[in-house]
Amino acid sequence: MIQAIFFYVFAASAVVMALAVVSARNPIYSAMALIGCLLSVASIFALQSAHLMALLQVMVYAGAIMVLILFVLMLLNLSPQELGERRVTVRRVTGAYLIGAIVTLLMVRLTKHLWAPASALDPNFGTIEEVGMILYTKYLLPFEMVSLLLLAAIIGAVVLTRKEKGDGQ
Amino acid sequence: MGIDNLPVALSVIRPELILAGTALVCIALDLLYKPADKMPCWAIAFFGCLAALAATIAAWGTEQEAFSQLVRMDNLSNFFAVVFLMAGMITLCLSASYVQREGLMAGEYYTLLLISMTGMLFMAQANDLMTVYLGIEIMSIPVYVLVAMMQKSPKSPEAGLKYLLLGGFASAILLFGIAFLYGAVGTTQLADILRHAPRAMRASDPLFLAGVGFLLVGMGFKVSLVPFHMWTPDAYEGAPTSVTAFMSVAVKAAGFSILIRVIVLTLHPMAATWSQIFWWLAVVTMVLGNVVALVQENIKRMLAYSSIAHAGYVLVALTTGSQLGVQAALIYLFIYSLMNLGAFGVIIAMSREGDQGVHIEDFTGIAREHPMYALAMAVFMFSLAGVPPTAGFIGKFYAFSAAIKAGYIGLAVIGVLMSAVSAYFYLRVLVVMYMKEPEAGPEYGAGPWGATVGAGVSVSLWVCALSILVLGIWPGWLNHFAHQALQGLGCLL
Repeated sequence: MIQAIFFYVFAASAVVMALAVVSARNPIYSAMALIGCLLSVASIFALQSAHLMALLQVMVYAGAIMVLILFVLMLLNLSPQELGERRVTVRRVTGAYLIGAIVTLLMVRLTKHLWAPASALDPNFGTIEEVGMILYTKYLLPFEMVSLLLLAAIIGAVVLTRKEKGDGQ
Repeated sequence: MGIDNLPVALSVIRPELILAGTALVCIALDLLYKPADKMPCWAIAFFGCLAALAATIAAWGTEQEAFSQLVRMDNLSNFFAVVFLMAGMITLCLSASYVQREGLMAGEYYTLLLISMTGMLFMAQANDLMTVYLGIEIMSIPVYVLVAMMQKSPKSPEAGLKYLLLGGFASAILLFGIAFLYGAVGTTQLADILRHAPRAMRASDPLFLAGVGFLLVGMGFKVSLVPFHMWTPDAYEGAPTSVTAFMSVAVKAAGFSILIRVIVLTLHPMAATWSQIFWWLAVVTMVLGNVVALVQENIKRMLAYSSIAHAGYVLVALTTGSQLGVQAALIYLFIYSLMNLGAFGVIIAMSREGDQGVHIEDFTGIAREHPMYALAMAVFMFSLAGVPPTAGFIGKFYAFSAAIKAGYIGLAVIGVLMSAVSAYFYLRVLVVMYMKEPEAGPEYGAGPWGATVGAGVSVSLWVCALSILVLGIWPGWLNHFAHQALQGLGCLL
C-alpha cells in the first residue's frame, strides 16, 4: 500500500517534470526539470527493487550527464532575446494534440488490457552481483558491442572538434 | 548459466571480429605512420574487408546461433554481409583519391567506415532486438561523423547535425518500440516474439501493436521511406560524395536487413496488418521520390530522391510477404548497390575540389572529353531507370512480378508508371552528356576534369558497369543465391 502511494507520487512528479522540460522557455529551467524527472524515475526504479539501476540513474544521468548539459548551456549563455518569444503555431498545437491523443488512447487501452498478476521476484533481483552476472554471461556480446560504439563515438568527437591541419601550427 | 560455460562461439561473428580488428589496426597505424597519402591505412582497410568477405563466403551455408541466441549466422545474414562488404570495398576504392583531394582525415575516415560496416554485419545477424538496436547505433554514429567530416564546406557539418538529430529521434522511437514489445511479450528474442505474435494479434494487444508501429517508424527512417525521408536530400547533398555513395547503398541495405528480419520474418503472423502499411508507404515513397527528383538540379540531390524511390521499389517486393517477394528484395538491393555506387563514382570522377561540379548542367558534353566515364554513367543511368538489358531491369522485373503473383496488381502498376517517370530524370543526364555541346568557357574547357581521381575510381566503375551488364544478361546465379539465402527460413514464409 505504502509502496503504491510512493509509486504514484514519483510517477506524477516524473510526468510533471517531463512536461516542464519541454514547456520551459529558459533551457536552464528545462535542465533542472530534467534532473527532477530523472530523480523521480530513479525512485521508481528503487521501488521496483532495481537498486543498482536507481543508483546508476542518479550517478550517471542526474549527475554526470546533466552537469555536462548545464556546462554547455552556461557556455552558450543565451539571452532572453536569443531565446525568442513563446509562439503558439498551428504545427505545435497539432503536434501536441496528436501526441496527447496517442498517449491517451494507449493509456485507455492499456489499463483495460494489462493487469498481469505480479510474480515473485528472485531475492537476488537487481543486486549488483546479479546484474554483473547477466552482463557477463547472457548479454556478453552487447556489452562488448557497446565498447565498439563508444570507440566510434570517441573517434567521432576527435574528428569533429580537431582543427584543420595547419590552423594551429 | 555460469561464467564457466559461456555460450561463446566466435566463429559466428568472425567477419565482425575481422572488421573491428582492422579498424583498430587502422587507427593505430594512422597515429604511428604519417605519410601524406595514407595508403597503408587504405590498404589495411581494403584487405580487412576482403578478409571479412572471404570469411563470410566461407561460412555460406552454415546456420548457427551464438551468444545466448543474440546473433544468428545464416544464409540471409551472409547474403547481406556480402552486399555490405562489397559496397564497403567499392566505397573504399572510390574514397582513396577523393579523401586526399578534399583533405579529409584519412585514417579516421577509413576507421569509421570499418566500424560502421561492423555495425551493419551485426544488424544482418541480429537475432534479438538488443543486437538490432546496438547494430543500428554502431552503424549510424560513424556515419553521422563521416557526413560532417568535410569541414571546408559549410553544408557538410549542417548535414551531419541534421542527420544526427533526426537519427537520434528515430533511434529513440525505435528503442521505444523495443520497450513496448518487451512489455507486451516479455522478451526481446526474435524467435520468442514470433511465438507470441499470433496470440498478441488475436488479442490485438495495444502495447504490441504500438511497439511494432514504433519499430516501423525507426526502420523507415533508416531506409528513408517517405514520411520519414526529410533528412535524406540534405544529408546526401552535404556529405562527402564517397560517404553519400556508402549511405545510399550500405546504410539503406542494412536498414532493409533488419526490416526483413524483424518485420517480414518475425512478425509474419501479422502480415495482413503490416502489408497494408507497406502498401501505402511503398506508393507514397515511389511517387514522392520520383516526382521530386524530376526538378532537382544538383545531381547528388537527384540521386538522393532517386534512392528514396528505390527504397519504394524494394518495399513493393516486401509488401507481398512471400518468399518470392523477399527474394526479389534481396536481388534488388544487390543490383541497386552496384548501380548507385557506380553513379556516385562517376560524380566523384567528374567533380572538382570542394565538391564542385555536381550540378547536372556541369555534365554538359563530357561524352566528348571523357567518353569512358560518360559510357559508364550511361550504363548506370539506364540501369537505375530499369531499361533492359541492364541489371536494373532484372531487379524491377523480379520485384514487380512478385507483387503481381501475390495479387498486388495495383501496386505493380503504380511501380511501373513511376519507373517510367524516373526515366525522364535519369535520361536527362544522358542527354546533357551526349547531346549538348560543352560551353566554351574557362570553367568547362580543358580543365582538370577527372584529373584528380586515381585508379581506384576507374577500376570500381569498370567493375560496377560490367557486373550490371553481366547480371542483366545472366541474372540466374544471383537469383540462385537469393533463393539459397532464404532456404533455412522457408518455414517462416
